Amino acid sequence: MTSYGVFQVLLYFAVIAALTKPVGAFLAKVYDGERTFLHPVLRPVERLIYRLGGVRENENQRWTQYAGSLVAFSLVSFLFVYAFERLQGLLPLNPQHFGAGQVSPDLAFDTAVSFLSNTNWQSYSGESTFSYLVQMAALAVQNFVSGAAGVAVAIAMVRGFARQQAHSIGNFWVDLTRGVLYVFLPLSLLGALVLCSQGVIQNFHAYEKVKTIEGGRQVIPQGPVASQEAIKMVGTNGGGFFNANSAHPYENPTPVTNFLEIVMIFLIPAGLTYTFGRMVGDPRQGWALFAAMSILFLAGVFVAYPAEQAGNPILAKLGIETAPTNLQPGGNMEGKEVRFGIASSALFAVVTTDASCGAVNSMHDSYTPLGGLAPLFNIQLGEVVFGGTGAGLYGMLLFAILAVFIAGLMVGRTPEYIGKKIEQKEVKMAMLALISTAASVLVFAGISAVVHFSQGGYFNPPGPAIANLGNRGPHGFSELLYAYSSAAGNNGSAFAGINTNTPWFNLSMGFGMLIGRFLFIIPLLAAAGSLAAKKRVPATSGTFPTHGGLFTGLLIGTVIIVGALTFFPALALGPIVEHFLMHEGRLFSGLLTGAWS
Amino acid sequence: MTVMTQETQTDETVLIPKRLAKARPLLDPSIVRRALKDSLLKLNPVTLAKNPVIFAVEIGAAVTSVLLIRDAIRGESGLGFPFQIAVWLWFTVLFANFAEAMAEARGKAQADSLRKTRTDSMARRVLSGGTTELLPASKLRAGDLVECQAGEIVPGDGDVVEGIATVDESVITGESAPVIRESGGDRSAVTGGTKVLSDHITVRITSNPGETFLDRMISLVEGAERQKTPNEIALNILISGLTLIFLLAVVTLQPFAVYSVAAAGAGHVPTVAVLVALLVCLIPTTIGGLLSAIGIAGMDRVMQHNVLAMSGRAVEASGDVNTLLLDKTGTITLGNRQAVELIPVEGVTEIEMANAAQLSSLADETPEGRSVVVLVKEKYGLRSREIAEQHARFVPFSAYTRMSGVDIDGRRLRKGATEAIANFVQQEGGSVPASFLDISDRIARAGGTPLAVADGGRLLGVIHLKDIVKGGMRQRIAQLRAMGIRSVMITGDNPLTAAAIASEAGVDDFLAQATPKDKLEFIKREQGEGRLVAMTGDGTNDAPALAQADVGLAMNTGTTAAKEAGNMVDLDSNPTKLIEVVAIGKQLLITRGALTTFSIANDVAKYFAIIPAMFAATYPALDRLNIMRLHSSESAVLAAVIFNALIIIALVPLALRGVKYQPRDAAGLLRRNLLVYGVGGLLAPFPGIWVLDRLLAILKLA
Amino acid sequence: MWRQIVPAFRITAIFTILTGLIYPALVTAVCQAFFPFQANGSLIRSGGAVIGSTLIGQNFHRPEYLQPRPSAAGNDGYDPTASGGSNLGPTNPKLIERVRAAAAQFRHDNPEATGPLPADLLTTSASGLDPDLSPESALLQAGRIAGARQAPVAAVRELIEKHITGRAAGLLGEPRVNVIETNLDLDRQFPKH
Repeated sequence: MTSYGVFQVLLYFAVIAALTKPVGAFLAKVYDGERTFLHPVLRPVERLIYRLGGVRENENQRWTQYAGSLVAFSLVSFLFVYAFERLQGLLPLNPQHFGAGQVSPDLAFDTAVSFLSNTNWQSYSGESTFSYLVQMAALAVQNFVSGAAGVAVAIAMVRGFARQQAHSIGNFWVDLTRGVLYVFLPLSLLGALVLCSQGVIQNFHAYEKVKTIEGGRQVIPQGPVASQEAIKMVGTNGGGFFNANSAHPYENPTPVTNFLEIVMIFLIPAGLTYTFGRMVGDPRQGWALFAAMSILFLAGVFVAYPAEQAGNPILAKLGIETAPTNLQPGGNMEGKEVRFGIASSALFAVVTTDASCGAVNSMHDSYTPLGGLAPLFNIQLGEVVFGGTGAGLYGMLLFAILAVFIAGLMVGRTPEYIGKKIEQKEVKMAMLALISTAASVLVFAGISAVVHFSQGGYFNPPGPAIANLGNRGPHGFSELLYAYSSAAGNNGSAFAGINTNTPWFNLSMGFGMLIGRFLFIIPLLAAAGSLAAKKRVPATSGTFPTHGGLFTGLLIGTVIIVGALTFFPALALGPIVEHFLMHEGRLFSGLLTGAWS
Repeated sequence: MTVMTQETQTDETVLIPKRLAKARPLLDPSIVRRALKDSLLKLNPVTLAKNPVIFAVEIGAAVTSVLLIRDAIRGESGLGFPFQIAVWLWFTVLFANFAEAMAEARGKAQADSLRKTRTDSMARRVLSGGTTELLPASKLRAGDLVECQAGEIVPGDGDVVEGIATVDESVITGESAPVIRESGGDRSAVTGGTKVLSDHITVRITSNPGETFLDRMISLVEGAERQKTPNEIALNILISGLTLIFLLAVVTLQPFAVYSVAAAGAGHVPTVAVLVALLVCLIPTTIGGLLSAIGIAGMDRVMQHNVLAMSGRAVEASGDVNTLLLDKTGTITLGNRQAVELIPVEGVTEIEMANAAQLSSLADETPEGRSVVVLVKEKYGLRSREIAEQHARFVPFSAYTRMSGVDIDGRRLRKGATEAIANFVQQEGGSVPASFLDISDRIARAGGTPLAVADGGRLLGVIHLKDIVKGGMRQRIAQLRAMGIRSVMITGDNPLTAAAIASEAGVDDFLAQATPKDKLEFIKREQGEGRLVAMTGDGTNDAPALAQADVGLAMNTGTTAAKEAGNMVDLDSNPTKLIEVVAIGKQLLITRGALTTFSIANDVAKYFAIIPAMFAATYPALDRLNIMRLHSSESAVLAAVIFNALIIIALVPLALRGVKYQPRDAAGLLRRNLLVYGVGGLLAPFPGIWVLDRLLAILKLA
Repeated sequence: MWRQIVPAFRITAIFTILTGLIYPALVTAVCQAFFPFQANGSLIRSGGAVIGSTLIGQNFHRPEYLQPRPSAAGNDGYDPTASGGSNLGPTNPKLIERVRAAAAQFRHDNPEATGPLPADLLTTSASGLDPDLSPESALLQAGRIAGARQAPVAAVRELIEKHITGRAAGLLGEPRVNVIETNLDLDRQFPKH
C-alpha cells in the first residue's frame, strides 16, 4: 500500500463522515414532510404529482397496504421496462437502430427485474444493445424509483421503531414521490453537471466514426451518459451505460469523477443512519450503526487493497513489478485503469459492494483471490455496510434485531431495540428474510454447479451451466457464486467472465433478484408493522444499551458470523482455496469433464 | 391409596416435603436413572418433531445408519468411520433428550412426593337442612359447604365461611407452625390437604375435583401443563431458522464439491455421513438440546424458593419487570411500628406521660400498643401492672373514634390519632397547647406516626411511633435500581410520613394514602408508558391490582380471590421474595441467551476442523485452514461430532442451575456474558476438538 | 395490492416523463450550453475529421508511437463498441501466457528494458479503452520511439515527462500519461520523415 492510497481511503471516509449528519437531517425533514429549502420550487410539483397520480397525501397505510403498493408499483414498472425493451425498434432516439433482435424475451425479463429491484445486473453490453430512449426512459427511471422505493422501505422500518401503538407505517406513494423529488432528482442534477464538466458525455448523437491516428477504424458510442451516471451512483443502482461501467472513460474520466462517484454511492446510505437516529429521537442510535458500518467498511478496504497491491505472485515470477513506485502503480493491474491505480480501484470495489451499487471501475473477476473475496463477502453479508439506498439501513436493522435478540437475552430481559420488544414476529420475519436470500444464492449456485443442459438447446446453448464460466477451477466457482450472490443481494456487480445471457441464467438470476428484493422487503415491512403497533419501553439501566461500543461490536460480530457461517463452505472452495493455490503457482485450464455426470 | 394414607399418618415427618423442592443434588442417582430411561423414550420422532433442531439430528442419524446398514449388507469395507459417526449422532440425540428428561425427572420427583401427601379423605358436606353427609373428598364440587373439625384434613380448597381454627399447612408450605384461618377478612382461604389442628370451621369449596391447589402444583412441577413461553418460541424460531440455513449450506456443498472435485481432478465428493456430521455440528444443537431443560429448571428454581408460578410466562415476565410495587408494611418495614420516644407537651413530665401511656396501652393488644408498654418499661422503668386490679374499663379502638384507652379511677385516658385526641380534649373542656401541633408535625416529617395521649381534658404529649425499615432493604433497593428496576412504595400513610420512609428505604417513588383503586390506576398508568409492573398482595381488595399487574405475587396467607388474581403464590407469604423472583426470571433469560450465543460461536471452530478435512484430497492446500493440526480427515470430523455431543452433556448442569447472576446494570452484564459465552464459545472448541482428536489418534479409532 | 394498480400506472407514467425525459433533456441542455466539448465526447479533430477522443484509447502498433496497454475490448482491442476487461482470473493460464508473451514482445521491441516491467504495461485495463499509461511504462518506450523517429532519446523522454498528469489535487488517482495526446505531440515535435 502507498501512503497516497491510504490517504485517499481516509480522506474518502472523512468526507462521508462529515456529510452524514447534514444529509441525514435533510432526509429526516423530507420524509417527515417538513419544509426544506427546496420546497418553494418542488412543493407545487409534489402536489401536482399527487393530483395526477390519484394519491391522497394524508392517507396512512398499514404495512400490508404499504407492501401492496410497493409490489403493485414494481409490477407495473416491470411491464413498462419490458415493453420499452422489446419495442425499442419502434421507438425514437435510437440512432444505432437496435431492435428486439438484441433483446431476447429472457434478457428483457432479466434486465427489467434487474433494474426494478435496484440490482442492475447486466447480461448485456449497453453500447451494443439498447437505444438511448430505453437507457434513459426505462432503465434510468428505474434507477430513480427503485432507489427511492428502497429508502421508502427503510423509512417505513424506522417509523416502526419511532411510532407507538400505531397501525400505519406511512404512505408508500408519498415516500416514493418525496424521495425522487427532493432527494434523487436534485442530487442527480448536480452530480450530472459536475460529471459532465469533467468529461462525462451527454448528447444524443449517433456513434462517432473515427479514423484513428494510425489509420485504424474506431466507432465511439455516444449518448446521454452524465444524466444516467449520476443517478446510477446516487441511487446505488450501478447499471452502466456502457459495458465497462464506471471503468469506461466516458462514465468516469478522471480520479476526481471517481472520487465523486464513490461519495455519491455512500451519500444517502450513510446519511440514513443519522436519519434513523433522529427519527427515533436518539441520534446516538444512528451513530452506533454508522460506527459498525464504518469499521466493516475499513476492514473490507484493508483486506482488498493490500491484496491487490501485493499482486499476483505468478506474474511476479515473470518479471512484473508488483511493488509500487511513484511512476507506476505495481500490484495487480489486470482489469484496472491506470488513472485509478490500485487504491482507487480497491476502494471503489469495496464501496460498490458494501452498498448494493454494483457499479465497477475495475474488473473484479481479475482481482486476486483475497481482493475478490472482499467484495464477494461484502455482498454475502447482505450489503449492510452503508448498503444500498434504504436497503443498507433496513438490512442493518435486521441484523440489529438478531443481535439484540441473541445476545440481548444475556441482560436478563426480553430483548428490546429502540424501546421495542423483539418477539416472535420480529424474529420470524428477520429469519425469513435471511433464509430467503441465503437460499436463493446457495440453491441456484448449487444447481448451476452441476446442471447439464443439452448443447445448443434453449436453456443454455453452451450446454452445462458451468460451460458459461470465463475461468476454470476455484476461480470459475467464484464467478458462479458471485453471480448469484450479486443477484440475491441486488448488487449487480460481477465476476464478469461468466456469460449469463442465456435463458437459464437470465431466468434463474431474475428470480434470485426478485427473491432478494421482495422476500427481504416484505418480511421487514411486516416486522415494521408489528413494531409500530408496540409500546415503547422506556430505557433504564437494565435495558440493553444499543448506542455504545459494546453494541457496535456485537452488531459487527453478528453480521460477520451469520455471513461467515452461511457461506464459509462455499467461500472455502472459491476464493479461499484459490488464494492458497495461487501461492503454490497452480493454474486451472481446460474444460471440466465429468462434473455433471 | 389406603396404604399411603396410613403411611402419612404414621410417619408424617418423613413424607411431608419440608420445602416444595428440596435442594436435591444436581445428579441424584434415582433421578438420573429415570432420566436415562426417558431419554430413550423421547427418541420417538413424533414427540421429537417438536424440537426441530434435535429432530434434524435424529433424521441425520437415521439416514447415516440406514446407509451404513446398506453398505454393510453389500459387504463394503472401511465402515468403521461411518459407524462411529452414526453412533455419535445417536448419542447427540440421546444427550439432548437426557437434558430435557433430567429437568422433567426432577419435577416428577417433586410431584411424586407431593402426590404422596394427597390423601383421599372423606368430607362432611353440609346439606340444605343443616344436616351433614359423608362423601369422598373427590366428589366435592365448587360451592359445596363442608365442615371440618380438629384433627381432620381439609377436603378441598375453599374459603372459611364460619368459625376460626388453627391449621397446619406444612403440606404445602413446609412451615410447621400452625396458622390461623377465620371467616371473613384476608385469612379465610384454606387449602385442600392441610390439617385442622383446633376448633371447627365451615368451608365453602372453591375448586372442582382435580383442580385443587395441590393438583395444580403437582401438574405444574411435573411439567404436564408446560407450555412454551413467548420468548422460548421466538428463540425456537431463531434456532430453527439457523438450522434451515445450515441445511442449505450443507446440502448445496454437495454440488459445490462435485464441481470442485472435477476442477481439481482429485479427491472425491464427501460422503453423506460426513455431510450429515457437518450439518449436525453446525446446527445449534447445544441450545436446541437444552432449551426446554432451561425452561423447566427455571420453574424448578422458582419453586425451590417456595413460590408457585402459575405459568412459565409469569417467571419470564418477572425478568422484564420495570416497576416493582412494594407494600410498605411487611415488605419495606417490619410489619409493625414501634414506639421510640415519648414527647410531653410543656408542663407535663415524662414520667407522668409515661404512666398515662402505659395505662392506656395495657389492654391494647396491637403490636403498636405492646411496643408502648415495652418502651415505657425499658426507658422509664415502669413495670407492667396487673390490669384486673385497676377497676378499669377499657375503651377499644374503633375506626369511628380512631382512639382507644381506659377509664380508670375516674380518669379518662385516651391514646390515638392526633386529630381525634385533639377533638377529645376539646370536648372534655380542655385546650390544645400550641407545641402539640409542632411536635406532631416533626414526628410526621421524620417518617413517624404521632400518637397523642390525653388524660381527660388535659393533653399530655405525643408518642413517636416509628416504622422500622428492614435491615439490608436499602442495599436491595439499590440493587434493583442497578438492574434498572424502579421500586415504588405503596402505603396508606400520609404523604409526609411516606416521603420520610421512602427516603430512608431508598425507594425511587411512593404512593401515599393509597387505596386499592389508586394502586390499580397507578399500575395502569405505568403500563400505559410501556412498563411492566410487579406487585405483591394478599387481600381481596388487592385482587384487581394483582390481576392487572404483569407479575402478581399473592401471599399464601391471603384470600382465594387474591391467589386467583395473581400469577404466582408465595407459600412463605414473604413479600420481599418478589425481588428474588425477579432475579430468577432474569437468570432464566440470561441462561437461554448465554447458551444460544455459546452454541452459535462454537461453529467457527467446527468449520476449521471439518472443511479442510472434507476436501483434504481435493484441495490439499486447504490444509492451511486446519489450524488445529488435526491428525487426519476422519479424526477431525469425528472429533468435531464428539465434541458437539459432549458439550450438550457438559452443559446440562449449567442449564439446570442457571448461569451465575449478579444484579448489576445491563451493560455490565452483557459485557461479562459476551466475554464468557461469546468469546468463550468461540475459543473453547479449539482445545476441545484438539484433545478429542489426539485421543482418537492414540486409540487408533480414526 | 390490486387497488394500488391504478396509482401504480399513473405514478410510473409520471416518473417516466419526469425522470426519463425531462431530467435528461434538462441535463443535456445545460451541458451542451456550458460544457459542449466534454458533453460531446472530448473529441479530437484533424482537418474536420474526428481522429479520436482524448478519453478513449486507440491502438498504436508502430514503433514510433507510444504503445498503449493491451486491450480486451473487441477482437483487436480498443473497440469502444465492446468495452470491457479480459475477466481473466489470477490462476488462469490464459492470463499468464498472455502476460508472458506481452513481456517477451516488449523486451524484444525495447531491448533497454531489462528490469522488471510495470504491471500496467502488460495487463489489460478494465474498460479496454484505457487512454493512459503509467509514466514508467511510457518512459520505457522512449528509446524505441526516439530510434524510430531518429530523435534524441532525452528529448523524447522530456516530451513524455511533459505529458505526465499528476494526482488530482496532488492526492487522488495515480500519475499517468495520456497516450493519444502524447502521440499527437510526438508527431508535432518529431515528425517522421
